[in-house]
Amino acid sequence: MARAAGHYPSTAYIRFERWGKNTLLYGGLLLGVLVMVLPFVWMVLTSIKPRAEILSYPPSFAVHHPTFESFRDLFRLVPMKRYILNSVIVAGAVTVTNLFFCSMAGYAFAKHKFWGRDKIFLLLLGSMMVPWQVNIVPAFVLIKKLGWLSTFQGLIIPTMAGAFGIFLMRQFIREIPNDLLDSARIDGCKEFYIYWRIILPLCRPALASLSIFMFMQQWNNFVWPLIIIHDSKMRTVPLVLAVLNGQFGGSFGLLMAGAVISILPMMIMFLLFQKQIIKGIVLEGIKE
Amino acid sequence: MMFFLNKLKARDPAGRLLFFAEFKKMIPGYLFILPAVLIISVFVFMPIVASLFLSFTQYNVLQPPKWVGLNNYYRLIFEDRLFWIAVRNTLMYVAGTVPIGVALSLLLAVWVDSVKIRFMKYLFRTIYFLPTITAIVAISVVWKWLYAGGTYGLINFVLVKMGIPPVDWLTNPKTTLPAIMLMSIWGGIGYNFIIFLAGLQGIPRTIYEAAEIDGASGLRNFWHITLPLLRPAIVFVVLMSVIGSFQVFDQVYILTQGTEYVGGVLHSALTIVTYLYERGFERFEMGYASAIAYMLFLLIFVLTLTNLKFLRLKE
Repeated sequence: MARAAGHYPSTAYIRFERWGKNTLLYGGLLLGVLVMVLPFVWMVLTSIKPRAEILSYPPSFAVHHPTFESFRDLFRLVPMKRYILNSVIVAGAVTVTNLFFCSMAGYAFAKHKFWGRDKIFLLLLGSMMVPWQVNIVPAFVLIKKLGWLSTFQGLIIPTMAGAFGIFLMRQFIREIPNDLLDSARIDGCKEFYIYWRIILPLCRPALASLSIFMFMQQWNNFVWPLIIIHDSKMRTVPLVLAVLNGQFGGSFGLLMAGAVISILPMMIMFLLFQKQIIKGIVLEGIKE
Repeated sequence: MMFFLNKLKARDPAGRLLFFAEFKKMIPGYLFILPAVLIISVFVFMPIVASLFLSFTQYNVLQPPKWVGLNNYYRLIFEDRLFWIAVRNTLMYVAGTVPIGVALSLLLAVWVDSVKIRFMKYLFRTIYFLPTITAIVAISVVWKWLYAGGTYGLINFVLVKMGIPPVDWLTNPKTTLPAIMLMSIWGGIGYNFIIFLAGLQGIPRTIYEAAEIDGASGLRNFWHITLPLLRPAIVFVVLMSVIGSFQVFDQVYILTQGTEYVGGVLHSALTIVTYLYERGFERFEMGYASAIAYMLFLLIFVLTLTNLKFLRLKE
C-alpha cells in the first residue's frame, strides 16, 4: 500500500478503505462472538428440549416444545439440591475466611514492622510459583490422617487463606495513608480495633474483588473435591457433573441441564460484578 | 543470625534490654499474620517438603512409607513408557495451544481496542471473557456434546454439510488430543485477552497519532509500536499460558471419561497430570505420584527459565 510521493489518494478511496477496514474489523469480531457464544447457546437449547428433539436429525436451533423435563430428571436422579447447597456452603465459607485472614495478614505485611516480615512475605509469594500438583499428594494424606475425607472441613480448611489474597490486600492497604492509622493510635485505639474500624471499611473495593474471585474459584473447583470426596452425599456441583458424565454419558439433556446449573450463577455474577472481576484478574497479571 | 544476636544484646540508654520491649511492639503484627501463615504452612509448605520426601519412597497410605532412594525417578525416566507418552502429549498440547491461543487473543484484543463505540467494546469484552468464569468441567461437558460422534454432534453436522465425513473426535486416538486442544484454546482466550486489553489501554494514543503524521499505519504500527510496548504483557501471558498448559487436567479427565483409561483410547490424550492422578489417586502409588509431581515441577521450572531468557533476549 505504498503511496508514491505526490500521489494522494482521492477522498473516495480513503472512504472506501475505511469502510473496508471497518467491515473486516466488525466481521472478524462478530465471527469471534459467534464462536464464543455458540457452545453456550447450544447448551441452553439442549437443556430445554424434550428428549425426542435433542437427538433429532438435522440438529436444529428451534425448540418446538420447550420443557424443563431434563432439569426435573436431573433433580429426581440425584440429590441436586443437596449438591448445590454443598457448593454454596464450601464457596461461601472459603470466601468469608479468606476475606478475614487475607486482609489481616495483608494489613500486617503493609503497615506493621516485625522481624522477618519481608522474608515471610516473599516466601508466601514464592509458594504461588510451585504447581499445586506438588503438594496435592501429601495434602491428601494429611486430610486422610485427620479423618477429614468427605467432610466440609476437608473441603474448606486447606483453602481458608491464600497467597494471592494476601498479596491483593497488601497492595491495597499500602495505599492507605499512615497518618490515619497513627492518629488512631494516639487516640489509644487497640490494633485490632484499627483493623476492624479503619482498615476493613476502607478496603471495601479490594474485599469485593477478592470475594467474587474466591467464590468463583471455589464454585468451579474440581480436582480437590474429586480427590477427597468419596461419599456421594458430599459432592459439589462440578463433581456431580463429572459423575453424571461417567454414568450417563449419552444423556445430553441431563448433562446440559447440569452444565446450565453450574454455569448460570457465574454468568449472572459476572454480568453484575464485571468491573471487580476484571480488576482482580488484571491485578493478578501485574504482580509479576 | 548475627543480626538477631545483636538485637538480643542491644540495650537502651538506661541499660535495660531492648529485645523484649521491641518484640512486644511486634506482637500484633505476628498475630495478624498467624492464621493465614498457619493455614498456608500446614497445607502448602509442609506438603511441598513432604512430597519431596515421599518421592524417594514407596507409599500406599496404608503401610508406612518405605525408602527406595532414587528408584522412583529411575523407573520414571528409564522404564516407564507411559510417562514418556504423557510428556510427549503434554509437550504437544503446550506447543499447540500456547502460540495459537496467545496469537488469537492478541489479535482480538487489538481489534476490540480499536472499536470506537463504547457499548460495542463492552459487549465484545464481556462475551470473549465468558468461558473464563465458567467451570472447565461444565465447559468440557458441553464440548463433549458438540464433539458427539456420528452426525449427532453439532461439529460433525457442520462437517457433513461441508462434504467432509464425520469424525469420532473423542474415541479416535488421532483426534482426541487435537479436540481437547481446540476446546482449551476456546476456553483460554478470555483471560489472555483481558490482560492484553489492559496493556493496550496503557499505551498512550499520542504515540499512534505521531506515527500517523509520519505516515505509518496499520500493520507497521502494530509491529513497531504495539508489540514492543506490549512486551511485558506478552511475556506474562506466554509464561502463564505455558505454566497453565503443563498442568492441564480437568478437560482431559472429562473428555476422555468413559474410555478404558484416564487419558483416552491408547493413551492418546494422557498428560502428565492425568498420569499423576491415575498413579496417585486410582492406584494409590503415592511415592511414584510424588516423583511425577517433582518431575513436572522441574520441567515447568526449566521451561520458565528458558522462556524468560528467550523472551528477554529479544529486547
